[in-house]
Amino acid sequence: MGNTWGVLQHDRFALAGVCLYALFIAVAMAAPLLSSFDPQQTIMQGDQLMSNQPPGGTFLLGTTNVGRDIFTQLVYGARPALTVGFVAAFFVALIGTVVGIVAGFYGGWVDAVLMRLADVAFGIPFLPLVIVLVAFLGPSLWNIVLTMALLLWKDTARVVRAQVLTLRERGFVEAARVLGSSPRRLMLVHIAPNVLPIALLYGSLAVGWAILTEAAVSFLGFGDPMRISWGYMLQDAYISQALSSGQYNWFVPPGICIMLVVMAGYFISRGYEELLFPRLRRQ
Amino acid sequence: MKRSSTRWIAQRLAQMLLVLWVIATILFLIFRLMPGNPLVAYIDPTFTMEQQRALIHEFGLDLPLWQQYLIFLKASATGDLGVSFFYRTSVSQLVWQMLPNTLILTLGAVIIAFVLGTISGAFLAWKRATAVESVGIPVALALRAAPEFWVGMILLAVFSFTFSWFPSSGTADAGAAYTSLWQQLTSPAFLRHLTLPLVTLVVYLQGLPLLLMRSNMLDVMEEEFVVMARMKGLPERRILLRHAARNALLPVVTAFALVVGYSLGGDVVVENVFSWPGLGRLLVKAVAAKDYPLAQGAFLLIAAVAILMNLAADLVYTWLDPRVSYAKR
Repeated sequence: MGNTWGVLQHDRFALAGVCLYALFIAVAMAAPLLSSFDPQQTIMQGDQLMSNQPPGGTFLLGTTNVGRDIFTQLVYGARPALTVGFVAAFFVALIGTVVGIVAGFYGGWVDAVLMRLADVAFGIPFLPLVIVLVAFLGPSLWNIVLTMALLLWKDTARVVRAQVLTLRERGFVEAARVLGSSPRRLMLVHIAPNVLPIALLYGSLAVGWAILTEAAVSFLGFGDPMRISWGYMLQDAYISQALSSGQYNWFVPPGICIMLVVMAGYFISRGYEELLFPRLRRQ
Repeated sequence: MKRSSTRWIAQRLAQMLLVLWVIATILFLIFRLMPGNPLVAYIDPTFTMEQQRALIHEFGLDLPLWQQYLIFLKASATGDLGVSFFYRTSVSQLVWQMLPNTLILTLGAVIIAFVLGTISGAFLAWKRATAVESVGIPVALALRAAPEFWVGMILLAVFSFTFSWFPSSGTADAGAAYTSLWQQLTSPAFLRHLTLPLVTLVVYLQGLPLLLMRSNMLDVMEEEFVVMARMKGLPERRILLRHAARNALLPVVTAFALVVGYSLGGDVVVENVFSWPGLGRLLVKAVAAKDYPLAQGAFLLIAAVAILMNLAADLVYTWLDPRVSYAKR
């Protein structure tokens, strides 16, 4: 388990992933420094609304059809993306890990109930359900996070549970139990640290899923109208006919950003996958 | 050793019905408890209280919740999914009409993605530790990381608007209609309309079979029987095709139906980009318009398709690999 940091040193891709994350986090935090405009601000120069300006000069990536600066939106857009990504991933990993540990440790009917629950969720198409739930709960970033946390934990839980089942029989757990450790102590101190790499693996995958889901939900018009996210930018471009007017400067950059952040997650998860399952097939 | 397969099939069917029932119940609760007056979508505010009450009564919204639920269950079981608020026609009819378009797009995309992905995956495995691999893998990952609707937007912008090679929306040119399913499937206009959304979905879906096939091939190639074949002096290509690929293929086949299940999500989004008249687009429009019966019906059908596909996957897998014991479940 002590290899958590070692992975980063050995796998170039995982390192690249971490660097990308660091880059986007830096951009998100430094947004006001990178751009003097506000993402929602419609920009006037004198009497004229600066709409549909081509890239160049003051407007690095040009402006939208209502005169907002695209580069500003792009830079500020990192904030909701990373927020949704990391928070959702955290909860997915947390819930999945807890469920997996409890199910694997106690076994019996607890295990059966929890896994049945996971099975029922299996086969329900994810995005349609997110759409329906988000439409019900209202278009806010946190509702999206909540929905994803509710639905995505089962993969993590399954794998963690399998790991717990093997750990349970291992010497050191047996020894601790014989010495009288309480179940809770066993789970927290002995088992949990050993499933941490799995949690990290699925956590980093979940960051990508979360960002892609938020983008899709925003694109369909069910996103948070108060936050300019990359998905929102793409929706805005689409309904403002940016496609037919060839404004590639508007709709290409947000997609590239999404792609890079999600790829970073994949790279990192591949690094941990090598660590955990050196020759095992991914399902 | 085969266990009682009929019993197993019956079990899976029962499980499928259970899941559908759970989904239907959740949907019912969601839509009935949703804030906001559902009738606001089409009730003119100038309607009198009389007329509004009459409409509410007509849709059964004045009954207690549990009664509405029982009515809903009975109706759904008999295939009656209610009447759309917006279109004022039977929901079953509307969703049934849209189903073929979604199936054609989704199944077509998954099939093509699997064929292409499997071949590419095997190819990348063959080219282990070469420049091809170090470029190929990041590219495959990049395509999986890009949002499908964004890829669709780019394809749409480039090939439909900038180059005018393909139409930009729908399944038929404006004003045209298809007389039958067969005619639709074989008409070149339909195929032209189908191309861009299909390519978009394929680009997104190919990543999974590709990576899976590659990883399986790499495992299989290190196994003893392959080493044996090599020692026997068999040509590399024959080893690849006859021995390695066949064994690597099995998990990929299982993944097929699972991918159909999750591709329905991607399909929803692609249908919206290309204004493809399928279930996905219907669902989004219905939810946006707070047309509950229609949204419910569309979602139920999407879920049913996904679950059926999972069942099909299990059946195919057990048929292909008789070593699988049901006891393992």
